[in-house]
Parts: sequence; structure tokens; C-alpha cells
Amino acid sequence: MASFPPKFKVLVDKEVCTGCLKCTLQCPFDVHIYDKEGFKASGKDKDERKNFIVRNQENCVACQRCVFTCPVKCIQIEVRPPTYNPHPVWTDAVRRDLKTQSDTGGVLLAAMGNEQPYPSYFDRLVIDACQVTNPSIDPLREPMELRTYLGRKPEKLEFEDNGTSLKTQLAKNLKLETPIMIAHMSYGAISLNAHKSLANAAAEQGTFMGTGEGGLHKDLYHLADSIIVQVASGRFAVHEEYLKTGAAVEIKIGQGAKPGIGGHLPGRKITEPISKTRMIPVGSDALSPAPHHDIYSIEDLSRLIYAIKEATRYKKPVFVKIAAVNNSAPIATGIIRAGADAVVLDGFTAGTGAAPQVIRNNLGIPIEAAIASVDQRLRDEGIRHWGSIIASGSMRSSGDVAKAIALGADAVYIGTASLISLGCTVCKQCFTGKCAWGIATQDPNLTKRLDPEVGARRVSNLIGAWSHELQEILGALGLNSLESLRGNRDRLRGVGLSQTELDVLDVLPAGR
Amino acid sequence: MKEVVIDSKGIHYKVLNFMIEDAINAGATKIVLENVNGQRFLLDGVNADVELEVHGTAGDDLAAFMNGPRVTVYGNVQDGVGNTMNRGLVVIHGDGRDIVGHSMRGGKIFVKGDVGYRVGIHMKQYEDNYPVVVAGGTAMDFLGEYMAGGVVLILNIGDAPFTGDWVGTGIHGGVIYVRGDVPEFLLGIGAKATDLEASDKKLIKELAEEYGRYFGVDPKPIYESRFTKIVPISHRPYAKMYTDD
Amino acid sequence: MCGLGGFINKDGKKVDGTAITTMGGMMEARYDERGGGFAAYGIYPNHSDQYALHLLFDDERAREATEEYLKDRVNIVKDECIPTASVKEIAPVHVPWRYFIDVPEDFEAVEADFLVDTVMKINGSIPGAFVISSGKNMGVFKATGLPRNVAALFKISDYKAYAWSVHGRFPTNTQGWWGGAHPFNILDWSVVHNGEISSYGTNKRYLEMHGYECKLRTDTEVVAYLFDLLVRKHGLSAEVACSIMSPPFWKNIDRSDKREYYEALRMTYAPAMLNGPFAIIVNNKDSMIAFNDRIKLRPLIAAELGETTFVASEEAAIREIEPELDRVWAPRAGSPVIARLNNAGGK
Ligand code: SF4
Ligand code: SF4
Ligand code: SF4
Repeated sequence: MASFPPKFKVLVDKEVCTGCLKCTLQCPFDVHIYDKEGFKASGKDKDERKNFIVRNQENCVACQRCVFTCPVKCIQIEVRPPTYNPHPVWTDAVRRDLKTQSDTGGVLLAAMGNEQPYPSYFDRLVIDACQVTNPSIDPLREPMELRTYLGRKPEKLEFEDNGTSLKTQLAKNLKLETPIMIAHMSYGAISLNAHKSLANAAAEQGTFMGTGEGGLHKDLYHLADSIIVQVASGRFAVHEEYLKTGAAVEIKIGQGAKPGIGGHLPGRKITEPISKTRMIPVGSDALSPAPHHDIYSIEDLSRLIYAIKEATRYKKPVFVKIAAVNNSAPIATGIIRAGADAVVLDGFTAGTGAAPQVIRNNLGIPIEAAIASVDQRLRDEGIRHWGSIIASGSMRSSGDVAKAIALGADAVYIGTASLISLGCTVCKQCFTGKCAWGIATQDPNLTKRLDPEVGARRVSNLIGAWSHELQEILGALGLNSLESLRGNRDRLRGVGLSQTELDVLDVLPAGR
Repeated sequence: MKEVVIDSKGIHYKVLNFMIEDAINAGATKIVLENVNGQRFLLDGVNADVELEVHGTAGDDLAAFMNGPRVTVYGNVQDGVGNTMNRGLVVIHGDGRDIVGHSMRGGKIFVKGDVGYRVGIHMKQYEDNYPVVVAGGTAMDFLGEYMAGGVVLILNIGDAPFTGDWVGTGIHGGVIYVRGDVPEFLLGIGAKATDLEASDKKLIKELAEEYGRYFGVDPKPIYESRFTKIVPISHRPYAKMYTDD
Repeated sequence: MCGLGGFINKDGKKVDGTAITTMGGMMEARYDERGGGFAAYGIYPNHSDQYALHLLFDDERAREATEEYLKDRVNIVKDECIPTASVKEIAPVHVPWRYFIDVPEDFEAVEADFLVDTVMKINGSIPGAFVISSGKNMGVFKATGLPRNVAALFKISDYKAYAWSVHGRFPTNTQGWWGGAHPFNILDWSVVHNGEISSYGTNKRYLEMHGYECKLRTDTEVVAYLFDLLVRKHGLSAEVACSIMSPPFWKNIDRSDKREYYEALRMTYAPAMLNGPFAIIVNNKDSMIAFNDRIKLRPLIAAELGETTFVASEEAAIREIEPELDRVWAPRAGSPVIARLNNAGGK
């Protein structure tokens, strides 16, 4: 028995309920339980069946699956009012955590991003607009370019034949039609249908999806031109064909939700197809060590970067992802100098399928500060063009994307936002493998709930809508190309930030 | 008919426009401006039965908000001819520049030579009123942008391949005719090229004949050539763009 | 909103400053009295091998400090007050001064960089001293006032030049002070600009990475520095520099047979692209370049008469000095007007 009161009330309007039993089949958390025997024994008629559904309310995670699938919409999930005697320090959440840990003796696991109420810098930055001195541009009709190239650029170009033909050879870059990419979420952590949806959406929008560290299912190889393959410390699935297949390769050193922490996909999730894709036996745990054990230093990272470049004959840009931490700036410059074509900065609010709660809630720094300091450091060292900056971690809207870009990012990754688009309700149960929406699960009964065609359309809609919104923002700024917003901190202003914070972000306060 | 001649040399536009106003109030039916060079706002907002002859380069916003008069320019004009004009006629024996006919609601503008960017931008029509812009030469980018009504006719008499980009971008009413071909990639968002119908041919013929009368050009070979007709794909091109729609 | 104009005689034939003053005066509806200026090329034939530094001093202390600084670094061949007339509309808040200098031999190889550095140091660290031009055989004259009053102040009609530009300013974004008027200059690059460069922050941070300091709080200076970087340092042609700053749209690049070429330009020089509405005239000793933003949001007219090429915000400004022209045209966005001296590169 749990030692704390349930969080949610599951209310069913019995007047309306038809006793169809759908909820009992849809809830993966065993809340709605049908007492079949009891009903049979009662000899009552079918109309009475609804009275034989028992509800284990303490199991409910408010995933809303039953609410949406009930044919007569007679279910409502409510938050229970706080039941402990209130205390500002020992909040309900704190007491709940303590009791859970006392029950189990374990490290608390958590899913999705940081839940601590840290202030968001994005919410304290506003974007400039033009009035009179520069006409705002109508983004719907006038050209409005979002195309973005990720990768190394030369410092300057050289020409032959009197300037008519190009002498300089450019390094391979990724061409994005919109600066919004889909973050790395591994097959294993999420379902194949989710992967399919995301990959198709990326292809449709002219952008890219990250595989995460779990490899790429063979069914998705045909979309490889829109896919960035990941190499993480567990090296699952990493083989020559995989590297050569993706459009780019990303080395994951760390992630924002759990800097310095590895990963663990429990053996029960290693099903047949996952085992094939990850190239590990069915049922064995998939452990990603905290560090890459061939990288203990920056020169080792350089070796891995070049090992991958050699293997892919310099045809694939290589990115390196790190969690945003205090000294991201020197680390990122080191990464770029080590040969990476882009550095991915993952902020402290980034999502995850599973992380120790204490890590997720307390480690790392805000993405805004990391972008600002990395961009500035690369410029101070005169090497900003050597590599791109990709920002990720809780991009909630195109407004966040625009601000990230104005601070200096070249492009962003969206993770949680794309899952919400697929149906995720942020119920934070990803690590249970019981995702009611068919996303963070491998249970065929659940994964079939996600139709990859519908999913692809939804995510594509989302990216398309954000792209239009970015165009609207550019138009309001009187810009007709995204490159003129990149690093254009003059078009940002801070509201309610201290002078020190403004200095870190290198933006002026509003009104100045 | 009472004719007034004004030597405009070195006269500030404000003064010149007062002189024009005085002449109209004194009953002038024809005003000839000699030595115009860059004076703006000529006949701006004038609602009178008067004819204006401009010799020289007319400044910005010639015939803006004009409601009735007839203007002939012997020379080029600067930006914004016929801005939000309601009624009347402007005949230019030279080139037009950017935003000819901006937001024009009625009347006609005939330009002998080329026109610049955003010609016919946001022209609109209302009841029987509809604006017409005819240019004998070619036009640059954003021709008929946001156009909501009226007619833009580009005669392309020099026969150079048409290169104006984003033709009719955002167009949701009215029609653009360009003599010769307009390749697909030059069409703006929301614009499409279609075939001409008999009524289109009739309209082109009439306007080409009128052009021919003003500038002494034989209209027949012009109106008998092939034209491209550009119209809106839809009258509500962005209906699906916004989630609330 | 501003008015600008300029012309160059490709044979190097010089005219005095009367015509350019008239040209500027024709566009008075476009600006107010908060900033006017001129650039003139070929005005110092007796010092054509020396860099001519034009400075504005707030006071004698600033002049002394500058002189101390320059003496340590360069050989001052001659220095003097720039002659001015008293003009009631312009208060003499600065003392304009000019130095003709030689760069010491040790620095000859990197002469231009050395000079850029010298200018940046004076502007950045000597209070009350400000370099407004630093090219050879050329100079910028500017102040807070209508161009015609600035012309009277600096006795512009006393100078003879083969290339001139003029600017009248309607400042909206930065306060009007003498140094903030156009033209902006570095070495022999002078820029006059109408419009607003909305990509300023992006351009500024790119230039800062290459050692330029954008201290003027105005968007136009980035254009002068971009030309210096792209043409002088990177060795690109003026045409290429214009296609970097005002590049073709992707739509057209994608179907061009020079796709790779333009793609490389846009990829490599994305932060050098100028965005926002603008018409710009750039001069150096060999040429005059005029170009627009990509969708032509500011006016620009060009004309030719014999060996002279003219550009201005309004046709009337050109017609006022030359009523009969061989050719008048509205340049397309993306097709810069580039007029070069017939013996460009020579003396
Ligand atoms: S909301 Fe989710 S967890 Fe709660 S009862 Fe419904 S399906 Fe089960
Ligand atoms: S799904 Fe709805 S109608 Fe069906 S049994 Fe459950 S609550 Fe009743
Ligand atoms: S992915 Fe599924 S389990 Fe995870 S938060 Fe979203 S809905 Fe819940």
C-alpha cells in the first residue's frame, strides 16, 4: 500500500456511462477494472454492467487516455486538493518523494523535463519589432527565407577565372528548410510508430530527426536523408552502414536532463525488433555508460570525430552534443576545434524518458545562457564559422525558437513538443513503458494506438505552423531571411533581468 | 477653355501646388507646368474637372488621392504615381518607377515605357469602380502584389523575356495580363496563370487601342499577340494558415 | 528616410563641389537638418601618396592627445585645421582637422590593417577625438545640418573631385551628431545609406569577430567595414561583395545554373547579408557602387552622360545638374550599378 494519498480523482458520470468497458481496456495503469466474475454471478442485465467497474484511483496518472476514448465522454480526471497539512518548505511533493523513497529505498526516477519552478529566461526576453523606419514585411506574400545550413563554413571564399568560378571547397553541411529539427529520442525509449511518425514529418518539412542512441530501424532507412544518427556511449547499433546511412552523425556526450549520467533501458523493453536494431540480445539490459569509455579528454573526442569522418569519407557532418553546463563555452569551443561541425547544447529543462529525479531537477544551466556564452566565445576566438550551434531543451513555441536564434543558435531541436504533437499528455510515465498514447512503450497493444501516418501529419503540421510563425516574427522585424536574426541580440530586450543576467545574455533592458 | 502656364523651375512643391489650386479656383481648365523637376504631390487629392500637363520629371506621389483630373507627363515620373487614386487619368510619356498605382481604387494610368517594383500593389475595386494600369514596357518584381481588384496590363513592347519575379504574390482579386510568357517560377504565392477568354481579349484590345491613341503606336500587333493572364488561386488564400480560421 | 546621391567621372575629370551640393539640395523633402555630408575623391593631389585623416575634435585636449598618439605611430607630413566658413545654422561644436601621414616602413606590408587599427584606437580610446575619414587623396566632410549648410561650412565648392557623394539624413534610430552623419568611411571606402539595416546586430557581431569595432551606434558603419573586409581583405570583387550583402533568393538560386556558387556565397557569408530596406552608395578611389536591398524597399535611380555615372534617390536630383542625359534607369535589386575609373588601379 502506498503511503501517501492519491493525486487524482477519477470521476465517472454513472448516469451517462453505458458500461461499454472501453476504459477498462484503454487504461494501461489498471485504474478501471472490470469485475467480470461479480457481474456474471449477480445475474444482472447488461445495463447494470457499469456498476461492476472498480476504480483504483491511486493508480491514475492523469494521462487522459480514458477521458478521450470513452465513447460518451463521461470520465473526468480531477486533481485532488492537497491533503497534507500545508507547509511551505515540506510541500506535498517533497513529502510524497520522501515517503516513496522510504517505501522502496531507491533513487527516484522521473520522466520529462525539470519540474522545479526556475525562472525562464525565454519568458524574460522580448523581441523587437519595427515601426515606420523599416517596413515590417508581410510574411505570407513576400519572400521569407528560413533555410539554414548546419556545418563548417570557410572563413572566406576564393574564386578562379575572374571571380566566376569557385575555388574553395565547402565542407558538407546539412541543409534545413526550417531551423526546427526533431530531437534525438531512441527507438526503445519510444515506439517504432513514434519513430516513423517523426522521421516522416522531418522529411516532409525538409528538416531532420535524430535517431537517439538506439539505432535506426530498417523500415526507416529509406528516410535516412532526413535522419541524424547518434553515437552514444553504449554504441548501440553503431556500425559502418548506420554511420554512412544518416545525413549526419551526432556524438552524444551528455544530455540536459541528466548531465553526466548514462542511460539504462531495462531488458524487458528489449523486444525482438529492438534487439535487432540495437544489435543486442533480446531481454538483455541496454546500459549506456556515463562517459564514452574511449573519450576521457578532448583529444580523445577529436579522435572519435575523425574516426567517424574517415568512416564516412568526410561526407557527413559530425555533431557533438553536450549538456549545458557552467563552462559550456570553453568546452564547446574545444569541441569545435576538435573538428565537430556543430555543437548541440541541451539545456537543463530538456526532456528525458527516464532520469534520476534529483539529477533532472538540480543539474545543468539554462539553455539561453549557454547559447549566449558559447556563441560569444566562438566569436571571441574568431571561429564562429567553424561550426554551428544547435540548441535544445524545452522549446515550447516558435517564440522560444526565435529567441534562441537571436541569441546565437543556428537551429533548434524539439523533443517534448513533438511528442505532445503525437498525443503525449506529459503524464511523466515514460519510464514505466506503459505510455497510454503508444509513444514511450513497446507493448504492441499500446503502440498500435499511434497511427504513424496520422502522427507524421500532426508533427509536420506543428513544425510547419512554427515555421510560419517564425516568418511572421521575421516580418515584424523587417527581415526577410533568418540569417539576419541569427546572433542579432540587438533585436532582443530583457524584462525583469538583473544587470548581470543581461550581461551574460548580452542584451539590453527593454526601453534602452 | 482657360489655360494657365506655370514655369515651375526652382519652385518648392508646396508653393507650386498652391499655385495650381489658385489656378483651378480661378477657373482654369488646363494647367501647363513647365520645367518640373522632382516636385512632389502634384494634383494630390484634387477633385476638379481639370487637365494638367507636366513637362519634366514629376516627383513622388503624382496624382495621389486624385479624384477626376487628367494628367499628361512629358518625361519620367518618380515613385508612387496614382497612390490611392480614385478617379481620373494619368498618361506618362516616359517611365514609371516603383509602386505605380499603389492602392488605387479607380481611374487609369498609362505609362509609355517601363515600370518598377510593386506596380499595382493592393489595387482594389469597389462596385463599378476599377483601376487600370497599363505599361508599354516591362515591369519589375512584385507586380500586382496583394492585388484585390482592377487590371494591370504589361504590353512588353520591347519583346524582352519577362523577368519580374513574384508576380501577383498575395493576389486575391483583379487580373494581371502580361504580353508573352510568364514562366511558372516567376509567379508569386497565391497567383496562377490561366487561359484568356473572349472577354479578356476584348479588354486587352480596348486598352491597347487606348494606349496606341496616347502614344501613337499601332495597337494591332500588340493585342493580337499572346498574353498570359494571372489571377488569384483563391480569394482567401490564407484561410488555412491560422489555427482559428 | 534620407536622400543620397553621387557621381563619378570615369576619365577622372574633376569638378568642384557645386554640382553635388545642388544634387543634395534637390532632395530636401527626404531629410532634416540633423546630418549632412559629402565624400570627395581626388581632392588632395599634392598629398596623393599619403593617408589623409579627417578628424573632429571636441576640444584642444583631444587634439593634443591625438597628436601625441599619432606621432608615436606614424610620420605626420602635414596637419592643419580644415578650412571652414561661419554658417549661422551650424554651431561649431567640433574643430575639424586633417593630417597627411605616412605609415612607417616596418608596417608597409600591412599598411591598411595598421591604419584601420590606428583609426579604431583613436575612435575607441581618445575622448573627444573622432576620425571621419582615412583614405588617400579623398576626404569626408560632415556635420549636423542640411547638406547645403554643411557644404557652405566646409567650403565644398573649393574642392575638385572626380567622384562625389552626398547625404542628407533623417535620423530615426541614432541621435544626430557630426560623427553620426554620413558618409561613413574607413580607408578609402565611403558609404552613404538610405534606410535601415535591420540585420545590424548580426553584421556587427560578425565584423567584431574580424577585428572591427562598431562604435558609432549607427547601422551604416557596418557597410563600410563589410566592404573593407570582403573586398580588401578577402579579395572579392565589388560584384561578389554586392551579391553577398544583397544575395539572390533561394528560390532563384535553386534553379540557377550557378547554384553551387551562390549557395557557397550565402552559406559562407550569411552573417554579412544586409537585411532591411536600403539604398547604398559606396565609393572607393577606383569606383562607385550603388545597390539596393533584395526586394528594393528604398528608391535608387541611375543615369549616364558621357563618361559620368550618376546615382540618386530621385531622378530630379540628377536632372537638376544634367537635364539631358544619355540614359536613365531604375537599377534592379540585386543588379548593382558599378562604375569604375577607366584606368582603375593606376594613378
Ligand atoms: S487518466 Fe489515464 S491513468 Fe487515469 S484512469 Fe484514465 S487512462 Fe487510466
Ligand atoms: S468508457 Fe465510458 S462509457 Fe464505457 S464503461 Fe468506461 S466510463 Fe463507461
Ligand atoms: S510519452 Fe507517453 S508516457 Fe511519456 S509523458 Fe508522454 S504520454 Fe506519458
